[in-house]
Amino acid sequence: MDPLLEALRLITSGDLYVWNVIVRSLRISGLALVLAVLIGLPIGVTVGLARFRFRMPVVAIINAGLAFPPVVVGLAVFLLLSRSGPLGDLSLLYTPWAMIGAQAIIAGPYVAAVSLAAVEGIPPDIALQARALGASRWQSILLQLREVRTSLVAAVAAGFGAIISEVGAVMIVGGNILDETRVMTTAIVLETRRGNFEVAIAMGIVLMAIAVYVNVVLLLLGRRSIRRPLTA
Amino acid sequence: MSEPTPVLVGDALRRVHGPRNTLDVEHIELMAGELLAVFGPNGAGKSTLLRILAMLEKPTSGRVTFRGASGRDAERALRATSAVVFQRAYFWRETVEYNVGLGLRLRGRSRSETRQRVREVCTQLGIASLLNAPVEEVSGGEAQRVALARALVLDPDVLFLDEPTANLDTDARVELRHDLERFARERATSIFLITHDRNEAFHLADRVGVLREGRLVQIGTPTEIYENPADVYTARVTGAEFTLHGTATATEDRMLTVDVGGAQLLVLGDAAVNDLVKVAYRPEDLVLGAPDQTNRDLSTRNLLHATVTDRRDMGGLVRLRLRGPVELVALVTRAAADELGASPGSRVSVRVKATALHAFPTGATAEVDTDDAIEEAAEALQEVAETP
Repeated sequence: MDPLLEALRLITSGDLYVWNVIVRSLRISGLALVLAVLIGLPIGVTVGLARFRFRMPVVAIINAGLAFPPVVVGLAVFLLLSRSGPLGDLSLLYTPWAMIGAQAIIAGPYVAAVSLAAVEGIPPDIALQARALGASRWQSILLQLREVRTSLVAAVAAGFGAIISEVGAVMIVGGNILDETRVMTTAIVLETRRGNFEVAIAMGIVLMAIAVYVNVVLLLLGRRSIRRPLTA
Repeated sequence: MSEPTPVLVGDALRRVHGPRNTLDVEHIELMAGELLAVFGPNGAGKSTLLRILAMLEKPTSGRVTFRGASGRDAERALRATSAVVFQRAYFWRETVEYNVGLGLRLRGRSRSETRQRVREVCTQLGIASLLNAPVEEVSGGEAQRVALARALVLDPDVLFLDEPTANLDTDARVELRHDLERFARERATSIFLITHDRNEAFHLADRVGVLREGRLVQIGTPTEIYENPADVYTARVTGAEFTLHGTATATEDRMLTVDVGGAQLLVLGDAAVNDLVKVAYRPEDLVLGAPDQTNRDLSTRNLLHATVTDRRDMGGLVRLRLRGPVELVALVTRAAADELGASPGSRVSVRVKATALHAFPTGATAEVDTDDAIEEAAEALQEVAETP
């Protein structure tokens, strides 16, 4: 049978193995993204809006985070969590939590750097106009972020894109353990090696569909919020 | 009527931007209920002064007080009861309705109240049809009107206007100025306007301040400034227009012959015979010559003879007061004045082109106003009698 057709059958028939891996991937990357946004977005927005003495080095460090090879992040987290490492006592290695941590570290700089660039581009007129209209400090910040919300959504999407398709780090810290830490990318590596092309192709199709879907949804959300009135 | 009280007072305001851009205003106050226009060339520090008075920017030194208080509480109070229209207004990428209502929403007004007041103001300003339009689709003139609506909807106690008509074409500017005149004064209690447009300042304002190189060189009613400019700069930039009163005696195709104190002047303007008219001229448009000059070989239509009654040297220019059939003020270069030997008592001829004189009907006719005319004549006689 044609591996492509078989792959489609696996997806549509709700094959347990395939769907378990898909759901686990989404859970792990989703949680990692939440962490990355919770930390990266405030950092990006703050550094983007504020003017302080050592701003340039901070911006440089955030941007350098974009260039971290994910596999090296994985290695660092592995060394941190390994039995002899400083956090070895937590016994988190080869668990989903280790993968979430590593992915958050990979996505964080994306979220921070893209939101920083977006916020830096906000014309200074907005803050002045907002204050002149009687906005408080927080209202003013919200009114400024409102104008770059599409870019902020893009920052989140960039972070998600960086981790859902990442393989090196999750392989190192997760170990690709069946029913525990196996995600789509590590499954593709394994099943391809085993010759189970239909399973690998099924995962590949879903991975690509997710990437496209998430980006479209996030973009539409950003678009729709443009017409929603502000509740100050 | 009660004494006017200052709403906003600036004292010893200094703002240093660099060696060349320093704002240095000793004292300025905005009275309750007045429209104060600060007028000056680009780069004079007008916008900085506005932002400092609006407490949107801090001066390097000096103090702004709002209703007698300063500091953060005063700033909060001013924010809550004032509105600002900037030269380049910023609009959120939303509908016109959203932008006009934003200030009310930020002040915690309900959605329905906001909606109703936004409609009311936009109808008044003739932009009700734009309410649902995305703001990026409106024209420049409409956008400034949206900005004005956004400020007026707050019914501010103090309205700050930062060159609201600067980026508009002539038609839109005239219309917006008209709106300012009609609606801004109705909805806003006190207005602080800055502009580099002489006409705007002098037509709209109760008092005009002249700002030059960061300093407030003069402040007073438009008449005070026209008639007694503090320096040559003010005389020149204010265009120092003076008016003569007369009666139209003949009219022909947009040209009028006006009897001004017995002299017949040919001027531009529309009026009927016997209408009382004001004739405006600028001192720099008067051409002075030797007393025995005639109009031969020249295109100027009007020739008067006058005596110099006062001479004031202001830099390279000289301001001369002349008495002929009427009182005139002329602005000439010092070299020209010296060559003519213009000094109190000397005689000169005054020529002025008909196109430099503009007549405006006062809405009265000579018959109705004989009493006024008699009074004016009596005053003029009195003045002549008092002159040594």
